Amino acid sequence: MHIIAFLLRRSVQAALVMLVISIIGFSIQDNLGDPLRELVGQSVSEAERDQLREKLGLNDPFWVQYGRFLSNAIEGDLGTSYFFKRPALDVIFDKFPATFELVLVSALIIVVLSVPAGIYCAVHPGSFFSRVIMSGSIIGISVPVFLTAIFLIWIFAVELGVMPAYGRGEVVDLGWWDTGLLTVDGVLHIILPAISLASIMLPLFIRLIRAEMMEQLGQDYVRFARAKGLSEKRVRNHAFRNTLLPVVTVGGLQIGTLIAYTILTETVFQWPGMGFLFLEAVNRVDTPLIIAYIIVVGGIFVLVNTAVDLIYTMINPMVKLPGESA
Amino acid sequence: MMSAAEFRRRFLRDPTAVGAGIVLLALVAMAALAPVLAPQNPYDPMQLDIMDSEMPPSWLPGGEDRFPLGTDPQGRGVLSTIMYGTGISLLIGLGAVAVQMLIGVTLGLIAGYRGGWLDSLLMRIADIQLSLSTLMLAIVALAVFSAAFGPDLYSDLAIFMLIAVIGVAEWPRFARTVRASVLAERKKEYVDAARTIGLSPGTIMRRHVLPNTLTPVLVIATIQVAEAIVTEAALSFLGLGMPATQPSLGALIRSGFEFIFSGAWWITFFPAVVLILLILSLNLLGDWLRDTLNPKLRRGA
Repeated sequence: MHIIAFLLRRSVQAALVMLVISIIGFSIQDNLGDPLRELVGQSVSEAERDQLREKLGLNDPFWVQYGRFLSNAIEGDLGTSYFFKRPALDVIFDKFPATFELVLVSALIIVVLSVPAGIYCAVHPGSFFSRVIMSGSIIGISVPVFLTAIFLIWIFAVELGVMPAYGRGEVVDLGWWDTGLLTVDGVLHIILPAISLASIMLPLFIRLIRAEMMEQLGQDYVRFARAKGLSEKRVRNHAFRNTLLPVVTVGGLQIGTLIAYTILTETVFQWPGMGFLFLEAVNRVDTPLIIAYIIVVGGIFVLVNTAVDLIYTMINPMVKLPGESA
Repeated sequence: MMSAAEFRRRFLRDPTAVGAGIVLLALVAMAALAPVLAPQNPYDPMQLDIMDSEMPPSWLPGGEDRFPLGTDPQGRGVLSTIMYGTGISLLIGLGAVAVQMLIGVTLGLIAGYRGGWLDSLLMRIADIQLSLSTLMLAIVALAVFSAAFGPDLYSDLAIFMLIAVIGVAEWPRFARTVRASVLAERKKEYVDAARTIGLSPGTIMRRHVLPNTLTPVLVIATIQVAEAIVTEAALSFLGLGMPATQPSLGALIRSGFEFIFSGAWWITFFPAVVLILLILSLNLLGDWLRDTLNPKLRRGA
């Protein structure tokens, strides 16, 4: 029952955040460019313009216009892209699978590498291999994601010529989703972008897992479990479970940064995802598309943060959901 | 608090810190002395010759000694553009952190000293802002500004926009740290004493509490300069930062990127190496300062 109350509370919060984002989005639209010029071009007389402006409601007060924008937005209409001449939301959702698959593959790389590396460094803090991982991680943090991407292209695509440098390769259309993960060409194309995107988050997670794991291994319950004669493997399992809590929270907090990095990675690799689309929209001053992107990204951000809170409570039953009585 | 002599002794004993310090000092000197040291002024059209374009570094066939690291498509020496570009990157990094400090320290002092609803409000805003990611905020803000101003006006204002946006987006880091120190200091007797002799809250905060919060501020500032330089480089790489006529390291990397495919790797590679060295030395120094002065502070916490 508590979970329903929690979800309800979070939905109200999420709705509030989205409302704020929509106000920001609308004020951008209000101040950026002239929708009339996009509609009719330069050749229409001033009188006709005024008439059209009145008809479109562009002379109404800010809040009246905002109300109209909001009610359209709730029905899924965020305006029409000036460039594509299609609903902005449709254009963005067409690009969503590309970005999602990129993030998915990088997340896979991060999890597969950071968990063993972090645990190893925590269990053998002084060993040579741990020191290599830790110094490597500070170098990794210091290399901006777009430079990793450029270096990978330079080495593997230009010099060695073994990897494709840009685009998504061959994609399979599943009707509601186009995937690049089902063809060899598509998989080859995703490798370099996914490594670039993972490279910036990986050191952070290794350091985080190591620090938390070391802290857990110093706790009394670990000493107790060892004294009781539990195998080292089971002791580590106990400790690792508790390590996950802060890692999940911090991981969830990184979602905003991750979205920013997808823009950088997609730009370098000309990956046909939402981030690359957004930057093109900025260069073309395609206002409806810019706003639709901001609102979609805001929505993803709110959704992920709520999901992280839920997972957090599931991993640790000791955590009370906010609003639940003790 | 440790004495200056002790601080120096510890610094000299740590080879990583000394190495990072030397690299940073060399880069700063290179940038500051660029007008004197640089082989040419890459932004003076009189000194450029289109016949010099896309020359490789001097040790490769086709290179000339006049351009040790080669030239870009406009015939500018890569070494000279790097020397000037490093200066712009450093300027934006330091400027942005100055803005962060000014806002963050002020609001942190107020939040910590006043407490109450003002404190809760400020910290709530700080939480929200931190969760939004600086880079994302900066991309959206600069995208809107550049679309609103048009490319010409925007490139004139870019340096101020970058300093302002990166400065405003990251103030919570300083505010939180200062607030935490103030909360600890506020309970101490010297604050009571100052209040008893009738000093105003403003004077107590500025003259007595502030100096005691400066150590963590210094630690954070070092790492924040590195972060600000990375953010600026990323924004310039996306074309939302410095223009090609007045490039920072990020803008140099952007303009050289497409030439990687035609084999002219040096236009991108050398600015990239300098950028990495700059960030790495600042990060290593920041980590060392934190471990030495205040082991309790943790990165990203």
